[in-house]
Amino acid sequence: MSVPVYGYVALSGLLFLIGAIGVLVRRNVLVILMCVELMLNAANLALLAFGSAHQSLDGQVTVLMVMAVAAAEVAVGLALIVTLFRHQGATDVDEVSLLKG
Amino acid sequence: MLPTLSVLNLNGAVPQIAVAGAGMLIMLIDALFHRGSRRWAAYLALLGLAVALARVVESGASAETILDGALARDGLGMAFALVLIVAAALSVLVAMDYLRREEHERAEYYALILFATAGGLAMAMANDLVAVFIGLETLSISLYVLSAFFTGDAASREAALKYLLLGAFASAFFLYGIALLYGASGTTRLVEMGTAIRLAGTQADPLLWGGVALIIVGVGFKLALVPFHSWAPDVYQGAPTSVTAFMSVASKVAAFAALVRLLVVVLAPAAPLTSALLALLAVLTMTVGNILALAQDEVKRLLAYSSIAQAGYILVAAVAGEVGAAAVLFYLLGYAFTNLGAFAVVLAWSRRGEGRLPFSDLAGLGFRRPWTAAALSLFLLSLTGMPLTVGFVGKLYLFGAAVQAGWTWLAIVAVLNSVVSAFYYLRLVVIMYMREAEMPLALQRAGLALGVALAVCAAGVILLGLVPGVALDWARQAVAVVLS
Repeated sequence: MSVPVYGYVALSGLLFLIGAIGVLVRRNVLVILMCVELMLNAANLALLAFGSAHQSLDGQVTVLMVMAVAAAEVAVGLALIVTLFRHQGATDVDEVSLLKG
Repeated sequence: MLPTLSVLNLNGAVPQIAVAGAGMLIMLIDALFHRGSRRWAAYLALLGLAVALARVVESGASAETILDGALARDGLGMAFALVLIVAAALSVLVAMDYLRREEHERAEYYALILFATAGGLAMAMANDLVAVFIGLETLSISLYVLSAFFTGDAASREAALKYLLLGAFASAFFLYGIALLYGASGTTRLVEMGTAIRLAGTQADPLLWGGVALIIVGVGFKLALVPFHSWAPDVYQGAPTSVTAFMSVASKVAAFAALVRLLVVVLAPAAPLTSALLALLAVLTMTVGNILALAQDEVKRLLAYSSIAQAGYILVAAVAGEVGAAAVLFYLLGYAFTNLGAFAVVLAWSRRGEGRLPFSDLAGLGFRRPWTAAALSLFLLSLTGMPLTVGFVGKLYLFGAAVQAGWTWLAIVAVLNSVVSAFYYLRLVVIMYMREAEMPLALQRAGLALGVALAVCAAGVILLGLVPGVALDWARQAVAVVLS
């Protein structure tokens, strides 16, 4: 028995929601980055599901590009976190609050 | 069937190739023979931008596709590309002396500016939502790194972290929006998507509306529209001032280019609802941006809130859809000169090793630095929208487009907001000329490149304000040629 398209889309929506809530609720920078990855992968799942529903390859190709982009984003993100940790020993967003007003 | 080289039409992608290629060349030369001054990197960057500019200017009024349909080479895309390239070139000039003064002169600064510009160019010319996404990410990731460029400075690190986390969050929304629109229409190509939506009619399709809403959230973050603006003041304040100058203009030009194309090509059938949504965002953005700007006591942060409000004004014309496209383009051209100029003055006057420029430091500078002070006054008057500056003509056309499209109340709100904004812009001018300095600021030598950039910005503001006809005709003709 095959799972209908809306099943995949519902799952991806759920993953996206979990990721979004995680970004808003969690305070550790690494965990926030992981939550963003979860959101991107939720979108990937939706792209794949719609691609198979429309019988087109565009969705799959897009997913490959998104993976490359996400890898670049994480690389910059981790580099930033390392710099931050070296200078002030912080991995918590609340400890980084010089700028406000 | 595999696309052949002629389908790729690489000739049309010369602007992107020249800009990104110059960036890669800078990285390569710097890695192989790095010693001494990095001034050559700035000149190489300007050369790459000049090649791209020449290619953009010579393109006629035709609409064709590049890279097998991923990018569009048409009037709209080329016009926004032109504004973007001019802004990037001015940013390079502004940064040259500043980076040396702050002892952060490294070649990759210019390479990153070029990569960001290439991303913005892809957004301006994108005919595919995936191309928009990749352009957006190229622009954003370069800007994250640039924000963190002064790694020894805690504010710069914090700005980069905040920008990265919220930018990546916004990108995820944008991407999910792409996925939903792909689900609704079965294609990621903008033109085909527009046709699919027109054929399907505008009956309630949750995928379509969900996709549109998520894409507006994603673009809203990039444009710092209220309520997605919370990152902007911190990032603008913490990032190196030359980076703030670049990103306040480049990311707005690129994001508005993509938004205008989406509204004209894809979402025209859905206009009533998207316009209402954008009108609401415009009112919130203008009002909140202006009210928060009133409470500031530091120039860089004030300009951050001011550019939030400015995005609101531009959105007023974007609400009008096709009618407002020329006004959006013209205003962004003027805004590029005005905002880059204003940040250039902040950068010239701020203390070494410190990005801040408190209001008290401005006191008395009107007479100690008459030319620079006159330039800053000019930029502030233009941001207010005083007659004889480009800000006035630009706002006239922005709000005129809204009235023409039947959004009279929105134009009235925008005018009222401009009146409020005059208070905080003019206060700076008053402090410069009418208050004595308690502790005179130790001023740095400005440098030739910065002087050239300021002169170009001031000339742009005055010329476009006095004789706007040529540029307006250009804008109108450009936006009329859209691939569809």
